[in-house]
Amino acid sequence: MSQTGEPRTWKRPPFIQNARLRWGLWLGAAVYLTLAFGTLEVDWGRVVEGVPRGQRFIASFFPPDFLSRWEEIFDGIYESLWMTVTSTVIGVALSIPVGLGAARNLSPTPVYLACRAIVALSRTFPEIILAIFFVKLFGFGPFAGFLALSLATIGFYGKLLAEDIEAMDPVQAEAVKATGASWFQWLNYAVQPQVLPRMIGLGLYRFDINFRESAVVGIVGGGGIGATLLTSFDRYEFDSAAAILLIIIAIVMGVEYTSGFVRRWVQ
Amino acid sequence: MLRLHGLVKRYRTGDLALKNIDLEVPQGQVMALIGPSGAGKSTLIRCINRLVEPTDGKVYLKDLELTALSKRALRHARRRMGMIFQEYALVERLSVMENVLSGRLGYTGFWRSFFRRYPQADIDEAFRLLERVGLVDMVDKRADELSGGQRQRVGIARALIQNPEVLLVDEPTASLDPKTSRQIMRLICELCEERNLAAIINIHDVLLAEMFARRIVGLQLGEIVYDGPPGGLTPDALTQIYGEEDWEATIEKVDEEDLTDEERAERVRLMGGH
Repeated sequence: MSQTGEPRTWKRPPFIQNARLRWGLWLGAAVYLTLAFGTLEVDWGRVVEGVPRGQRFIASFFPPDFLSRWEEIFDGIYESLWMTVTSTVIGVALSIPVGLGAARNLSPTPVYLACRAIVALSRTFPEIILAIFFVKLFGFGPFAGFLALSLATIGFYGKLLAEDIEAMDPVQAEAVKATGASWFQWLNYAVQPQVLPRMIGLGLYRFDINFRESAVVGIVGGGGIGATLLTSFDRYEFDSAAAILLIIIAIVMGVEYTSGFVRRWVQ
Repeated sequence: MLRLHGLVKRYRTGDLALKNIDLEVPQGQVMALIGPSGAGKSTLIRCINRLVEPTDGKVYLKDLELTALSKRALRHARRRMGMIFQEYALVERLSVMENVLSGRLGYTGFWRSFFRRYPQADIDEAFRLLERVGLVDMVDKRADELSGGQRQRVGIARALIQNPEVLLVDEPTASLDPKTSRQIMRLICELCEERNLAAIINIHDVLLAEMFARRIVGLQLGEIVYDGPPGGLTPDALTQIYGEEDWEATIEKVDEEDLTDEERAERVRLMGGH
């Protein structure tokens, strides 16, 4: 082809070919958003009233008071940590068989479906709903919280373990199988080395989540620091509540830092 | 040593990868299996140790019908067949020693293998093999720290520590440079000779196949279209295996038996082959 004639133009073809449909979708989205914001009904008078009240509320957090309720705070933290450690260990231990079963490249279809169902069920309910459920079943206290967190851990960890196993290198696995290894030897030599570093990292991440969630399940009666926090709010002891919040922040940051360090080390 | 009777493999997608293959490999014979991508070379050797289940036909190792074995008996039979892979297939996060010892898994109980407490005889043999392939200083290195050639040597040691009767070799040189490719092929062939092993080597590099194997089998769309010595690979034969192309540069003109490996390598270099 020669250079004669007008220059040829090019435009990226639109994602949706049909122009009417394309503009229709934009228009629909705009109308929906306008209506949705219209239903918010912000009462600006109350917002203005609320600002100084909020300032007073926040001011009452200072200075944080660690001492006057120290025993309750200590017991709450202690119970929360206990709940976190046990639920992480039990949850991870239980999610290993579930995760192996939920990996498509490892398990026959009936086992796969059953384990995926367990994962899906446990992921459907957030920790707080599980905690309400277990408090009704077993009464107030950290045992209900422990069960809720363990069950939530199975859904989280089992799903990620299964996905990691499904993404492993099949050739390495094939090579170990070709030596005449048994199924468990194959798991230990071909699957475990491929998924372990990431799973250690995720285990620590789950520990971190379980600690934060232990504060939430406490609010619905699942024991731990959440219960202490709720009590201090109920008594309008905002300075003690501030102390509790600071301790939670410190522990979460500590776990975060440690898990980052361990993850770098196991890679 | 190894006999294939009417072997057929049809994948679930409906692709017919192997059509009625008959093949016999006697003890001590190194056989190269050549053919274009998708001809069924990998499928064929995987049907032997049943990493891929054949659809029909029989495979015998000596008098043992591999295709009739239960899962457990198959695991025992797999110990007698060492396999070497394309891209090495080492478990990358395990050490060199663990990778080599994994060749003993079929002989070792679960807890022994779990705690890495292998019998002294296995450890001795592992060190001997690592010395033989020149990697004895790398014992505790992680497999992903090695170069390609070194990894394939570990792969060879892992296959040989099984004390196999047959070696199944799948594109051992596919990701190696030309010099390392020859070294690896030479090592495999020497070891087969030392131990009088039968071997099937899948390889797409015709020159390498001609250089190292005394028997060449050409596979085309799941059928054997050539079976004979390297000297018989005429342009017609290669056209039948691979399709129309100018094959003159690929064909060895001097009688191979008169050359040493170094001379062969030199000639290949001069011919600009790879």
